[in-house]
Amino acid sequence: MRRLLFIVPAVVFLVIATFLAIGLTRDPSELPSALLDRPAPDFDLPPLPGRDEHGFSRDDLGGEPVLVNVFASWCVPCRVEHPLINRLAETGIVVHGLNHKDQAANAQAWLDELGDNFTRVGHDLDGRAGIEWGVYGVPETYIVDADGTIVHRHVGPLRPEDVEREIRPILESLKR
Amino acid sequence: MIVELGHFALVVALGLAIVQSTLPMLGAQRHDLTLMRLANTTALAQFGCVTIAFAALTWAYVSSDFSVVNVYQNSHDAKPLIYKISGVWGNHEGSLVLWVWILALCGAAVAWWGRNLPLPFKARSLAVQGLIGVAFLLFLLLTSNPFERLDPAPLEGQGLNPILQDPGLAFHPPMLYLGYVGLSVTFAFAMAALIEGRVDASWARWVRPWTLAAWVALTAGIALGSWWAYYTLGWGGWWFWDPVENASFMPWLAATALLHSAIVVEKRDTLKAWTILLAIVAFSLSLLGTFLVRSGVLTSVHAFAVDPDRGSFILYMLILAIGGALALFAWRAPLMQPGGAFAPVSREGGLLLNNLLLATATATVLLGTLYPLALEVVGGGKISVGPPFYNATFVPLMLPLLIAVPIGAMLAWKRGSVVAALGRLKVAMAATLITAILTFTLLDAASLGAAFGFALAAWLVFGALDDLRAKIGLFQLPLPRAWQRLKGLPASAFAVSIAHAGLGVMITGMIATSVLQSERILAMQPGDTTTIGSYDVRLASVGEVEGPNWIAVRAVFETTRNGSPVADIVSEKRFYPVEGQSTTQVGLDTSFWRDLYFVLGDQTPEGAWAVRLYVNPLAAWLWWGVGIMSFGGLVSLFDRRLRVGAPTTATAHRGGSAEPEPDGPGARASA
Repeated sequence: MRRLLFIVPAVVFLVIATFLAIGLTRDPSELPSALLDRPAPDFDLPPLPGRDEHGFSRDDLGGEPVLVNVFASWCVPCRVEHPLINRLAETGIVVHGLNHKDQAANAQAWLDELGDNFTRVGHDLDGRAGIEWGVYGVPETYIVDADGTIVHRHVGPLRPEDVEREIRPILESLKR
Repeated sequence: MIVELGHFALVVALGLAIVQSTLPMLGAQRHDLTLMRLANTTALAQFGCVTIAFAALTWAYVSSDFSVVNVYQNSHDAKPLIYKISGVWGNHEGSLVLWVWILALCGAAVAWWGRNLPLPFKARSLAVQGLIGVAFLLFLLLTSNPFERLDPAPLEGQGLNPILQDPGLAFHPPMLYLGYVGLSVTFAFAMAALIEGRVDASWARWVRPWTLAAWVALTAGIALGSWWAYYTLGWGGWWFWDPVENASFMPWLAATALLHSAIVVEKRDTLKAWTILLAIVAFSLSLLGTFLVRSGVLTSVHAFAVDPDRGSFILYMLILAIGGALALFAWRAPLMQPGGAFAPVSREGGLLLNNLLLATATATVLLGTLYPLALEVVGGGKISVGPPFYNATFVPLMLPLLIAVPIGAMLAWKRGSVVAALGRLKVAMAATLITAILTFTLLDAASLGAAFGFALAAWLVFGALDDLRAKIGLFQLPLPRAWQRLKGLPASAFAVSIAHAGLGVMITGMIATSVLQSERILAMQPGDTTTIGSYDVRLASVGEVEGPNWIAVRAVFETTRNGSPVADIVSEKRFYPVEGQSTTQVGLDTSFWRDLYFVLGDQTPEGAWAVRLYVNPLAAWLWWGVGIMSFGGLVSLFDRRLRVGAPTTATAHRGGSAEPEPDGPGARASA
């Protein structure tokens, strides 16, 4: 009986080690989205003044797979990823911009400086639409399929390898 | 060339560690003096080799040798020199070199200063140390080679994460690692004791200075990290129950328990198996911390780049080291004979209560840290465990512990009396009561909890002083005799009082900053004024400034109180173009009574600046309290009977205290 007591620490450790071993096979930086595999939320955003008259709303989604990029002029990583977003749009992928909690003039100046290949841009001044989408922080990029369903979410700036490993394969599979 | 030399030195160190972990162990079994003495030589030589490797990597950083991948990825020519040096351990590979270097340092220290250790015991301990060295050197060389070359060499490096470009990086990790790795000595001593099947008072005396040294370093390391987070992250707090903070806190809790239980082994020759288990657990938790930071199973502000290969390597290491140690414990520990019996209410009983509460607290933190991972593994989804969990579990465990500290220290060995102990604490009780009434009247009646907290802190401080007073018989004996006793008191008696009083000072700061903090978040235009607490704050200016490798927006807050100037507090948002990242520089003005803690935020669409203003009362007490605790540990380290290398008196102290404690519990117990 007394001997059994001395085995307890080793057993407890074994249980912990098992959990650690299984935990090792998972990627902790993957953030689930509450809206993943659900229809994109309802929203209707005004345009950036001077850019166009359309703005960006729920009605613009559906019909073909698109990217929705959440950006802001005050966000440094957005600046880093933006050239890549532009290049993606040049290859024929439709990319919409969701301008998050930003001053319209700053956002427009930022787009003028870095290039603007977005199809639609919505000005989300108070971040309300961001809340609907479940945005954690900027930048974030969503893939919405032809039915208007959110199929993928990328948190943080897109890097070239993310585009090759995640974005393009998912878009390819959606087109088929 | 120097870089290759460093790489080669690591390989040689691995060879030496393999010899150190095998031959001396064999020698101890066969009573072969030559083989046993080999442990000293290899430990010292291994330390020399790892030092060469460490120096080589530092040289590569200082000379900005971007042909080394590690330097290229983590350094930049335009970085100030101090961050080139501290940047060596600002990444996974480099920090692992630091870890291995400190491990080798500990081994060399045991070889050099452990002259009082019996040769077989020393050989076995160093062999276990060598085994840990083998594992970490293999890990370094196989999965995380810091000396890998890049061809062609880039012209410029990618820079260091700006948050790490702070003096904090120069001190926090080395101190913390000294604590983590210092516990490896305790672990090795426990393994050697299990192999020999002998744990007695002299073992407790051998292990104590190493535990103390590791504990002091760990305490200081955690405090430095917490202070760093306080002034760089700009969240206004000093502890966030982040998984990696917990990873450093758990070994600290276990080491604190070990310090206390080893006293029982030393004085009363009992709680032996438990003490051995604590020694194993304390270092195991250090290893677990390494795993959590480097394997990427948890997300945290501290985590290094995720690499599953490294994760599985450390996990194997963990299973071999911890699993092996606990298996050895299960096999050998039951052979240990329990020593002297004691009543539940006694000094031993008090120390046991301390241990039970600290062990439960450790388990609680472990549960909170691993629960999100466990839940995800069983498919329960993603959650994070935060302050509400710890407030509901950890804090209630600490309350009885803290209340018991002064009483426990006053109890006699074998059989004590709480009433008698309280009787000797009359002065402390009176002082505590006055503190409670004062804080309760000064604060408003709503903060009953705060008044209780301050009274608890006062109880610790005054209890510690009263303990010292009782030991020298102040106010009971004539003053010259009390003075004689004071001079004759061993360092460890002062150490107890200093450490426990420091704990009280620290808790005062903790309670004041968490309960009495004032906070204002608002948007300010330059020229705007506002008030926080009794301070008037004017945003005097917001302008751009340029540093060596950053550009910043700098805000100056003119702070006055009743019309007289207090300080011009400067807060900055820095942008590092090389790394493409920003940091916050908190504007901090520290005084005895409060910290003014101002943070410049983002510009609002209207052109105003979001600012967060805090007044943190008694914040400095927190750091001073930790400093006093660590100092207490250092004082204890210089106690005569523990001085490393002092001749051993294995049985002199057994069965009671031989210290001059005329009015203390020691005398009472033998009377």
